[in-house]
Amino acid sequence: MQNDTIAILEEMARKLRVSIVKTLHKSQSGHTGGSLSAIDMVTALYFHKMRHNPADPGWEGRDRFILSKGHAAPAQYVALAESGYFPKEDLMMLRRLGSHLQGHPDSKVTPGVEVCTGSLGQGLSMANGIALGLRLDSSSSRVYTIMGDGELQEGQVWEAAMAAAHYRLDNLCALVDANMLQIDGEVAKVMNVAPIADKFRAFGWHALEIDGHNMAAIIAALDKAENLKGKPTLIVATTVKGKGVSIFENKAAYHGVTPNDSELKEALVSLGCCEKTGCF
Amino acid sequence: MSNMKATRDAYGDVLAELGAENKDIVVLDADLSGSTKTAVFRKQFPERFFNMGIAEANMVGTAAGLAAAGKIPFLSTFAIFAAGRAWEQIRQSVAYPKANVKIVPTHGGITVGEDGGSHQSVEDIAIMRAIPNMTVMVPADAVETRLAIRAAAAYKGPVYIRLGRNKVPAVFDDSYHFEIGKGTEVVSGIDMTFVTTGLMTAQAVNAAELLRQEGISARVVHISTIKPLDYDIIVKAASETGAIVTAEEHSIIGGLGGAVAECLAERHPTPVKRVGINDRFGTSGKAEELMKYFGLTPEDLAEAAREVMTRK
Ligand SMILES: Cc1ncc(C[n+]2csc(CCOP(=O)(O)OP(=O)(O)O)c2C)c(N)n1
Ligand SMILES: [Mg+2]
Repeated sequence: MQNDTIAILEEMARKLRVSIVKTLHKSQSGHTGGSLSAIDMVTALYFHKMRHNPADPGWEGRDRFILSKGHAAPAQYVALAESGYFPKEDLMMLRRLGSHLQGHPDSKVTPGVEVCTGSLGQGLSMANGIALGLRLDSSSSRVYTIMGDGELQEGQVWEAAMAAAHYRLDNLCALVDANMLQIDGEVAKVMNVAPIADKFRAFGWHALEIDGHNMAAIIAALDKAENLKGKPTLIVATTVKGKGVSIFENKAAYHGVTPNDSELKEALVSLGCCEKTGCF
Repeated sequence: MSNMKATRDAYGDVLAELGAENKDIVVLDADLSGSTKTAVFRKQFPERFFNMGIAEANMVGTAAGLAAAGKIPFLSTFAIFAAGRAWEQIRQSVAYPKANVKIVPTHGGITVGEDGGSHQSVEDIAIMRAIPNMTVMVPADAVETRLAIRAAAAYKGPVYIRLGRNKVPAVFDDSYHFEIGKGTEVVSGIDMTFVTTGLMTAQAVNAAELLRQEGISARVVHISTIKPLDYDIIVKAASETGAIVTAEEHSIIGGLGGAVAECLAERHPTPVKRVGINDRFGTSGKAEELMKYFGLTPEDLAEAAREVMTRK
């Protein structure tokens, strides 16, 4: 991987973080922490790894992305807007009545969204179905999904994990945004899901463990997953909830809370914005 | 409006009181204890509180087991994840054995607001009502919520009590007598009757006032227990006023409107207009905006009353 590619992606992720906090400041409703923890992975997928065509969201040859942890919709919406699926101004309508940017991803109304998510634990099953369908069509498209670590508590995730291995879905790559937090507190205290990688290996998956904020590591893992044959691949990405904005980092309280005016200012400073860069 | 309180806040308070009164009360939640207000109980009785994580089906089964072990479990999450995600566990493990489990979800209906259609339960009353042995209640306000939760704790068997996210005005005061299965006349009237549940009762009271200014005398009958339904109060209203408008923050299919239509079709055929969500999913927006968008305001109710009266 070339260093400048990594640097460009890192800058893109920073820009998207700015967009997330501005969007959530405007909507005054939505999920800040889990959007910021997932954005480096979302950036790597939309701006490097996935084949997709914003001018033709239904293009058959596209790779598919499913945000199983649908409450992080702002992370996907800013990536879709930046890619050109719809105007960036639309982000300011997030969660408004009549907006095509619903509180949780809605494939009926948002270009680039493949299925409806928001009820946790259902995304991996739908990803499996898409992967099976693509295989029936002899397509070379790949399927990516991001789940939360708390989300792994849903039993359906494990039914899907079993099925993906059973059907040897090597065109599927699932990522876990392992930020160690959920709404009621630490995942380990609410309902422990560790050890995640070992559990998936026991279910018949390849499992990789990375730092989910290290762009080079994310890209390397996505490349490796593509070359691992015969099994689906899980990437357990250790992350920090609220990453990039110091006042939100590692705080369960910022799960579903949006920045107020002064927090927005602090957030933008945290993200390297200043009067000079013009992103205030 | 004065005296506004969310039914979920009343739930948190009364659950903690019950916990102090009865050691058999246990509480389960699925990673939403702050939102459902079971956190109030959790703080006071941590050893009798079980956070089951984001795993609603397992939570329902575990509650059934606790009931089989002689405990009185209350379980909470959002309505869509309780009634929806765990419907068959509720049917098989709770209702079929008539287990003493109290299912008390919050965030019912469209007033969930910005989270959107995925999180707005508009079918839960219908699918819970269809299960044998299940008692289904939707309190109008905080006062009634306290009484309904206490009655549920004293009752032996499965109960579903749907609560809301937002503050709602008080309909009842401390003199209110609550009984499972009994409706209440909130406003007297002779020209037509609003039969309502949950937060729609307060809307109907306002609609009755609008109609009064036009010389129409509207009755308001609040139904907190949708199952078993108080047939007597509904048949009486139908025979005395001759026209019925039902109103609920729920699909017009299978909920209160469905239940009232079933009752009247068999017992006392009467013109009925069902006000509710018209076979659609919810959507993102502010709660007040959505009440307008889905036609649940006092003005909408008054219009429905005028329409149904033309069919008398
Ligand atoms: C089935 C279901 N139950 C409950 C919820 C409510 N909910 C939304 S986000 C969340 C916590 C998610 O935690 P995690 O998966 O770790 O996500 P992250 O930390 O990345 O935000 C919960 C319980 C839901 N959306 N779906
Ligand atoms: Mg998490």
